[in-house]
Amino acid sequence: MKVRILVSFKDSVLDPQGQTVKNALHTLGYRAIKDVRQGKVFEIDLAGATKADAEKIIPEISDKVLANPIIEKFTWQIIEA
Amino acid sequence: MKFGVVIFPGSNCDFDTFHVLKNVIRQPTIWLWHKDHGLQGVDCVVLPGGFAYGDYLRSGAIARFSPLMQEVGEFADKGGVVLGICNGFQVLLELGLLPGAMLRNKNLKFLCQFVTIRLENERTRFTHKGKKGQVLRVPIAHFDGNYFAPPETLKEIEENSQVVFRYSGANGSLTEEANVNGSLHSIAGLMNKRGNVMGLMPHPERASERLLGSEDGRVIFESIISKF
Repeated sequence: MKVRILVSFKDSVLDPQGQTVKNALHTLGYRAIKDVRQGKVFEIDLAGATKADAEKIIPEISDKVLANPIIEKFTWQIIEA
Repeated sequence: MKFGVVIFPGSNCDFDTFHVLKNVIRQPTIWLWHKDHGLQGVDCVVLPGGFAYGDYLRSGAIARFSPLMQEVGEFADKGGVVLGICNGFQVLLELGLLPGAMLRNKNLKFLCQFVTIRLENERTRFTHKGKKGQVLRVPIAHFDGNYFAPPETLKEIEENSQVVFRYSGANGSLTEEANVNGSLHSIAGLMNKRGNVMGLMPHPERASERLLGSEDGRVIFESIISKF
């Protein structure tokens, strides 16, 4: 099973990298872009795992390692059964 | 007082720190390899600057899982003295020995320059040889030094006088300009509630000899080795 985890800054945390990307896009003329938030993507291959296994493991490793819960949040989805 | 300097793969201020402790402050100092076990009876653990584990994932994020760091955590829980400098500060935050987290510098630049910091709390084992309001001239060299903590945490650390240093002007004034990396409350150095663990972004070990342009950082090491 393959899982994709998206880690990004919490809404309450400033994201200066996202801001810089937004400014660059504005410079290119994409004025409709209101905001950009930058994050990290992890694709994890879970050998022989069931959906229940993933539901246990993924939030655990996201909280413990992949994201810093003080500044970041995460979402995840199964991308390959 | 016996010091132990931890070496991670990617540490690069380890020799500077070791040199200052051994030859300038003249204390017995040993190396502690991150994969070893046992703190060999040291009285103070120093986590030096650098880029432990390449700073992959987040600064300090992987280093905290080193076998030795689990023992440093237990050492701190028992009241052992721990000092984290720059990357060492980031490791202490990731480990949860200090509250908060580091974000990228506000201008998205790696900052390598002398700064001035104001001593906020002189009643600590890390600063009791200094004076409140004293301004130190020390260098910084980091990408992620923009201190962040949620409002309730910030309130708590201010109420407990855990802020030890703030970025300031040479006259001690707190301005946006002096707060070079954008840290909340201009925080440059912070200790835990108990007062036995401190982290700071500036490098006191690079400012402990006249030859290097400043001796202002020595007050930290001299405080640690003196009776508190």
